[in-house]
Amino acid sequence: MTTIVNNVGDTTHVQSTGSSFVVATGQWVTSSDHKKIGRLFVGASLLFAVVAAVTGAILGFERMSPDHMQIFSGNASVQVISFFHFALVFGVLAPLFVGIAIAVVPMQVGSRAISLPRLAQYAFWAWFFGALLVIVSLIGNGGPGGGNSNMVDLYLLGLALAIVGVLAGSLVIATTVLTSRTPGMTLDLIPAFSWAALVGSVASLLSLPVALGTIVYLYVDHEHTGKTFGADGINTHLGWVVSQPMSLVFIVMALGVLAEVAPVTARVRQPLRPVVLGGLALATSAVLGAVTQTSHVLEWTGTNSDKVKSAIPFLVFNGLPLLGILITIALAMLSLKEGKPRINAAFVLATFGSLMILVGAAGNFVGSVSSAGVTATSFGEGTTLYFVYGGVLSAIGALTHWAPKLWGRVLSDTKVLGLAALGLLGTIASSFPMYIAGFANQPANSVNGFKYGGPIALWNGLAGLGHVLLIVTVLGFVGLLVAAVLGGEQASDDPFDGHTLEWAIPSPAPVNNFAELPLVNSSEPVLDAKPSSQEVSA
Amino acid sequence: MTVALPAAPVAAPRRQLLVATTLACASGFMVIIGMLAMWMKFRAGAPTRASSDALKTIKDWLPADVSIPEVAANVMLITFPIGCVMAQWAVYSAKRRDSQHNGLAYFVCTIMGIALVNAQIAVYSQMGIGIADGSYQTMFYAITGTMLLFIAGGIAFSLVAFFRSVGGRSDEVHVATAHAMYWYFLTAAFTAVWFVVYVQK
Repeated sequence: MTTIVNNVGDTTHVQSTGSSFVVATGQWVTSSDHKKIGRLFVGASLLFAVVAAVTGAILGFERMSPDHMQIFSGNASVQVISFFHFALVFGVLAPLFVGIAIAVVPMQVGSRAISLPRLAQYAFWAWFFGALLVIVSLIGNGGPGGGNSNMVDLYLLGLALAIVGVLAGSLVIATTVLTSRTPGMTLDLIPAFSWAALVGSVASLLSLPVALGTIVYLYVDHEHTGKTFGADGINTHLGWVVSQPMSLVFIVMALGVLAEVAPVTARVRQPLRPVVLGGLALATSAVLGAVTQTSHVLEWTGTNSDKVKSAIPFLVFNGLPLLGILITIALAMLSLKEGKPRINAAFVLATFGSLMILVGAAGNFVGSVSSAGVTATSFGEGTTLYFVYGGVLSAIGALTHWAPKLWGRVLSDTKVLGLAALGLLGTIASSFPMYIAGFANQPANSVNGFKYGGPIALWNGLAGLGHVLLIVTVLGFVGLLVAAVLGGEQASDDPFDGHTLEWAIPSPAPVNNFAELPLVNSSEPVLDAKPSSQEVSA
Repeated sequence: MTVALPAAPVAAPRRQLLVATTLACASGFMVIIGMLAMWMKFRAGAPTRASSDALKTIKDWLPADVSIPEVAANVMLITFPIGCVMAQWAVYSAKRRDSQHNGLAYFVCTIMGIALVNAQIAVYSQMGIGIADGSYQTMFYAITGTMLLFIAGGIAFSLVAFFRSVGGRSDEVHVATAHAMYWYFLTAAFTAVWFVVYVQK
């Protein structure tokens, strides 16, 4: 007798009599349907994206006149900066893609449910309450350099809980891809997004626990003496978790969205598909950098032996991920060349997002050369913003692409394209000025007390404005989605001529996805089943 | 219109519990590896001082008056592989649907786990150090405490598997295999801790 229950999540037997709101809320809170859990993750992370962008805007405007405080007083800026970094990586980037993967991957691999659905449910609530604890602790003067000892402890606990949530989410995603594929679907036949979800999840499972171990040390030390790691211990030893190289690990799924959407847009089978999967896997080599708990800087000084010793880890930890990103984007564009593309909003968003991530990875590469002179400047913040906001654009593309399956609606291409342009502008405006300011030696994690020869107000004001554009983009997308769900037309089952299994089920996807499991013998089973005229011959 | 695909035969169960446990064990191992890396970093960076006869330089890491009870630590190291053998016995008996041996194997694993906790407490009491006495002491308690938590997880896993076996589910090979995997992980993790913390100190 097996202990694994695969038909969970069917809570429709609960009658909507009496207080329907309470019943509906109860269904959402207790549901183990992967699509509901995924949407909970996505909804909460988009909310975090807005809050993070509001924080970024405030920071940008505060930095416009660094000789005096305009908005903050006392040491509040330390907590706000800590929250900003936490929110970008663990409030937005990681949970957003964990959520999308939990919602989409089981449909893509032909499974009726996600593996370990109760763990998936736990993942969301652990992450959510962990993130709330972090916010509470920062409000109470906790976090890195915080003055309230209990709140510093609470910050560490909240961060650990949020990480455990992301880890649990990654575990169920990886287990689903490895164990719940429909008959015939070998690992080399899984869709590109599911592959990205698998390698991204495994990378998280191998790198995030290192942060958990560090948190244990910090917590025990802070609780008893506080002497070993010191007052700045959290920033010194956990800084890598909320910046590079950790953020690189989470962007793999964003690239997976492009690899998934591009051949559908081009109406052609992905050329050199194994190389695309290899490129995605190569991008996760950033995990190697993450587990060393530091950024690897190229010091081109000393003897030739010293130079080689410095160059090898630099190239492995910063160069390989960049190469993987380049390969993925280049082959996605190759599919357009091979086919006859029908450009839509999802593809544009995924492309914009991936290009922003590419710029971020290139920035990370350049910024890790010591002679560039941008270490400990705002340059690193620019890189993180490129990754996170690029990830947000890709995520919006993914949600547009899979909206028929998740909400039963197709979003207006024209309106989403407008948001894509706004989002691209916002990403560039918020990130690129930080690069320029970094070269001008604007210090990282500071809002005042710095000075350099250049238009300080312009760069930081532009960055603040970029964040505002991102807020409009995210809120605009949520508005479009809500309007479509409330008043839009029912989507057809396969509105984009999809290639993979999720397009073989009704829109929106039923609770258990598949009435009967399909037999698969190619990487594009739905494309195979269509009349050959629908595919553009390469 | 929904695209019709040929229906597949009923899929065979694909060991979800084993795969999930293996991934979780890999994560747990990374926790320990990360902590050991931090331990070695702090040990390497510990301040140095001249010995009383000024003939050699001593690292101020392990306090001079602290001795590590190696017998207890070595007994722990030996106990872990024995736990693995017991866990593998549970797998063997589950495959043979031998409920008595299966239940007994899980029970012995539980006892092994409790013995390990006892040995760790013995290490603490024989060392007689306080958690707030210094960097070494703080980090020692942090890393061995984390290992203790993982052992507690092993005890819980063995107990749950034992009760399931007693309750008539002694033929659950996937549970037995996942349980064995967890014990292999415990053994690997403790071996690393033993070498870095108890041998290299």
